[in-house]
Amino acid sequence: MLSSLRSMWLTFLHLFQKNITIEYPEEKSVLPPRYRGRIVLTRDPDKEERCVGCYLCAVACPVDCISLQATEDEHGRRYPEFFRINFSRCIFCGYCEEACPTYAIQLIPDVEMSEYDRQNMVYEKEDLTIDGQGKYHGYNFYREAGLAIKGKEKGSGHNEEPPVDIKSLIP
Amino acid sequence: MATITVDGRNFDVGSDKNLLETLLWLGFDLPYFCWHPSLGSVGSCRQCAVKKIQGENGDRSQLVMACMEPTIDGMEVSIQDKQASEFRANVIEWLMLNHPHDCPVCDEGGECHLQDMTVMTGHAYRRSRFKKRTHLNQDLGPCINHEMNRCIQCYRCVRFYNDYAGGDDLQVFSAHDNVYFGRHQDGTLESEFSGNLVEVCPTGVFTDKTLKSHYTRKWDLTSAPSVCHHCSLGCNILAGERYGSLRRILNRYNPEVNGYFICDRGRFGYDFVNAEDRILVPRERDRSEVILESSPIIASLKTALASGEVKGVGSPRASLESNFALRELVGSDNFYNGMSGGESELVQLALDFLSNGPVKSTSLTEIEHCDAVIVIGEDLTNTAPMMDLALNQSVRVQPLEQLGQVGIPEWNDAAAREYLQNQKGPLYLLMPQPSKLSRIATKSFRRGIPELIRLLSEITGLLDPSNGPTKVQQPASGSPNAAREADETVKEIAAALATAKRPLVIAGTSMGSLPLMQAAINIAIALHRKNENTRVSFVFPECNTAGAAMMEEKSLPAGQLSGTAPHTLIVLENDLYRRGTPNQIDEFINRFKQVLVLDHSETPTTARADLVLASGTFAEADGSLVNHEGRVQRFIQVQAADELVLESWRWILKLGKLVDNQKLTAYSEFDHLVDAIEQGCVQFAGIARTSLPADYRVHGQRLTRAPHRYSGRTSMFANHSVSEPRPPQDQDSPFSFTMEGHPGIPPESATSHYWSPGWNSVQSITKFRSEISRGRQQSDPGVRLIEPSGKAYLEYLKLAQTHDHQWQLVPLHHIFGSEEMSIKSPAIAARSPEPKITLNSAQAEEHGIKAGSTLAIIIDDQETALPVQLDADWPTDHIGITAGLPGLPYMEGNSIVQLKPPGNEN
Ligand code: SF4
Ligand code: SF4
Ligand code: SF4
Ligand code: SF4
Ligand code: FES
Repeated sequence: MLSSLRSMWLTFLHLFQKNITIEYPEEKSVLPPRYRGRIVLTRDPDKEERCVGCYLCAVACPVDCISLQATEDEHGRRYPEFFRINFSRCIFCGYCEEACPTYAIQLIPDVEMSEYDRQNMVYEKEDLTIDGQGKYHGYNFYREAGLAIKGKEKGSGHNEEPPVDIKSLIP
Repeated sequence: MATITVDGRNFDVGSDKNLLETLLWLGFDLPYFCWHPSLGSVGSCRQCAVKKIQGENGDRSQLVMACMEPTIDGMEVSIQDKQASEFRANVIEWLMLNHPHDCPVCDEGGECHLQDMTVMTGHAYRRSRFKKRTHLNQDLGPCINHEMNRCIQCYRCVRFYNDYAGGDDLQVFSAHDNVYFGRHQDGTLESEFSGNLVEVCPTGVFTDKTLKSHYTRKWDLTSAPSVCHHCSLGCNILAGERYGSLRRILNRYNPEVNGYFICDRGRFGYDFVNAEDRILVPRERDRSEVILESSPIIASLKTALASGEVKGVGSPRASLESNFALRELVGSDNFYNGMSGGESELVQLALDFLSNGPVKSTSLTEIEHCDAVIVIGEDLTNTAPMMDLALNQSVRVQPLEQLGQVGIPEWNDAAAREYLQNQKGPLYLLMPQPSKLSRIATKSFRRGIPELIRLLSEITGLLDPSNGPTKVQQPASGSPNAAREADETVKEIAAALATAKRPLVIAGTSMGSLPLMQAAINIAIALHRKNENTRVSFVFPECNTAGAAMMEEKSLPAGQLSGTAPHTLIVLENDLYRRGTPNQIDEFINRFKQVLVLDHSETPTTARADLVLASGTFAEADGSLVNHEGRVQRFIQVQAADELVLESWRWILKLGKLVDNQKLTAYSEFDHLVDAIEQGCVQFAGIARTSLPADYRVHGQRLTRAPHRYSGRTSMFANHSVSEPRPPQDQDSPFSFTMEGHPGIPPESATSHYWSPGWNSVQSITKFRSEISRGRQQSDPGVRLIEPSGKAYLEYLKLAQTHDHQWQLVPLHHIFGSEEMSIKSPAIAARSPEPKITLNSAQAEEHGIKAGSTLAIIIDDQETALPVQLDADWPTDHIGITAGLPGLPYMEGNSIVQLKPPGNEN
């Protein structure tokens, strides 16, 4: 008897506390920048596609909802020919972002992606790619890698010596 | 036997291996780079260090390289020892000092031995703050990609390429920490075995360029155990698929066939599966939509079958099951093995000798242990490439015998090669054309075919003077000098063969000469009388030549067809225009009212068909092939085929149902056919043992085609429909098309990919195999269908006459191009030769023919014109013509060749 009264009293007190629910969608909630929402593909500081088609996000994904095909431009730069995420399967675990060695794939604090038709939950590269660098600024994988691409010859990457002259006899 | 102690535990092991191999076979994880099970040890990478515990309380213990230590009874070693582990971690750290930050864009990633070993030693962060050394890459041709920054200087590549495979255009250049592995200049790697660098190199320096063009990680490849379809040796392969296209071929270890390696034709010839000219839908005359049930062609096929007016042409490039099904449909009287008459005759002779004669055929790996070899009329590098590689090992057999005296174990590769220098055992090549094998041959003896036959008879006479064949009547041709040389060579060869422990005679069909093959058989008979360990090996033209010939003796009918007037022709995976001249084949096809062709790629024959049924290639079909030694091997479907693409045998079963064929309606699955072959054809008894039945399960589970890390399953088809389709089902084999199934190690014959915990690269094969051998299953190297009974061939064969045309044709086969399917792959086409005619220089001068000029010739009734190449050692009256490339005329050994008189060109 006493405990019932106590519960009613506590519930009554809540009437005078501040609301934590909001009038969504009229009013939007503020999500922290590291919130794991919609997935995007970002660009490097030179505005080029960051994704190098390494398949690591795809293999990390526990529900296998990422598929892609890597290809190369004529100068040897790798990029995805297609890149598809089936958001109707995605569980927003963020493993892909963690696996990505280039900061290409990022989860952003946007959760408004409901659709009437499930087919519309399938996003292709065009739907995923954004124009900016997302959360991580300044990183350009190809500057660090040893691979030569257009505009970066062998030995001109970050922290690299010029290519060895193999005909040199200097000890 | 020896007992060794490893980290305090005792193990009984064999003592013939080095310590590293022993430890790996015991299941220990010990990192290594430079050792390779086939290449042996050189101790150069310093990665496999262990502590060898010696002295009282271990006070005289020392670090040793496990790969350089023999396994000795009573030895005690420690892998976990702190000093040893630190040493190994340091070695990796040094190797990684200059390693590029490439894994995400490196084709080796995910199957990289360096990645595995780095993880195994625990090195995770680069501490060095110095700049990284870089290298320029080379263009190594259409097959191999070069990325020199990733090299860890293990020297495996040059050891394989030069020491093992006999190449000479891949070298190590420069000095100290700048060493560079490549060619003296950019250019295609010349070795026919260059593709093995992809697997031999433990890093991403050498990777598969054809894979790169449709790159897929190992963990995403749906793979199945398969058998190479590009020559008669039947090397075992793993074929991998992604998104419906075939992506790459890897070697599949078979201790009796190809061991750890395959040739470039086999590795890079797969792209015909993805080619533009694939037939993916059945078509009836001009209509592309075929409803078999209501097709008038099938209706008249039914009536024709009832009156026995249907002829079926099988194929030496189709599976046994498909050939068998067609034979059941049309009846054995109306079934032909699909070869030309001349070829079939040679193959029948070889097979008859192998099954009724006294001499056993060799497996490919057995060749590596033969100590004297004579190769007769067969340019092995181009017609049976892996035999070239095997002979590179067999010439070392005699020299290697000396090693015992100086106490060098055979696995100690550096010491063995240093001690033996360039010593080579006996290998004799007897053929008109030049051969790449002459590099390692004791003697390459180039003579015309009649002269070769004469010399071979003399050798037979020397080997068995009592009962030699009739002494040779023809006088030796040429100058007295040449005659003397011939005489000496004959004696030398006879002596070398007579004194060998395991002599081997290799012959084949590529020269198309019956007397030459008979002469080779006579040598084998004579040798076998001296030495029971004599072996023989015949090279056939296609992957299932032996199978088709064993199924049916009748070859493609050249003359009149027997029996009732023909009505319907059914051609199984066979381009008849590669079996006869266009006129002959046209005439043959024109006799029929309707033509039905089953094939997977467009050919001139499919162009003549009224009904074309879309067959599966080896990647989309199950089947069995019989290789050159008579070994039947199963290949398993790799990828689910398009809806309208079926295995040829399945199409034929379908036809059987439509025409109410009693026998065929009883079969509905692959295993039914196998059982029917097993029961119905004595010559194939044992075929059912070649593979696991479709209902084989491990703990109730299927085996898997996809690796357990397969990705993208819920997304790869989502662009078509977000609801995932049901995965394709397989009725024909115990494999699932997905990763669902038994997660452990499958029986070795059912390996769809090599993987072992911590070992993602192909090097896991050592771990993998050791686990198999410690577990249930020994390997299943296929079933040998043919063993010599020794009932016949007690007498020497009487040699058939050589023909007396003015020109003896020598078909010049080429590894890249002469095989019908592999040439459709861009990488192979890029390495194929310019067609040419070869003539003796002096004789050409007599005829006023200049090198480089275009010579018009007539082969039987086909005209062609090709550039001429002159060769001073080329036998006179012989004309070499590139064979088998698209657009070249049909030719066989006794084709009549005429030079077109100049000035007659119109
Ligand atoms: S992990 Fe990153 S770079 Fe690699 S495929 Fe995914 S998005 Fe692209
Ligand atoms: S060779 Fe191996 S470790 Fe080196 S970049 Fe390639 S995958 Fe990475
Ligand atoms: S290229 Fe590969 S195989 Fe050759 S030394 Fe370097 S890492 Fe070893
Ligand atoms: S030797 Fe013949 S069977 Fe072996 S890989 Fe080469 S083409 Fe294929
Ligand atoms: S594997 Fe032993 S030193 Fe290289």
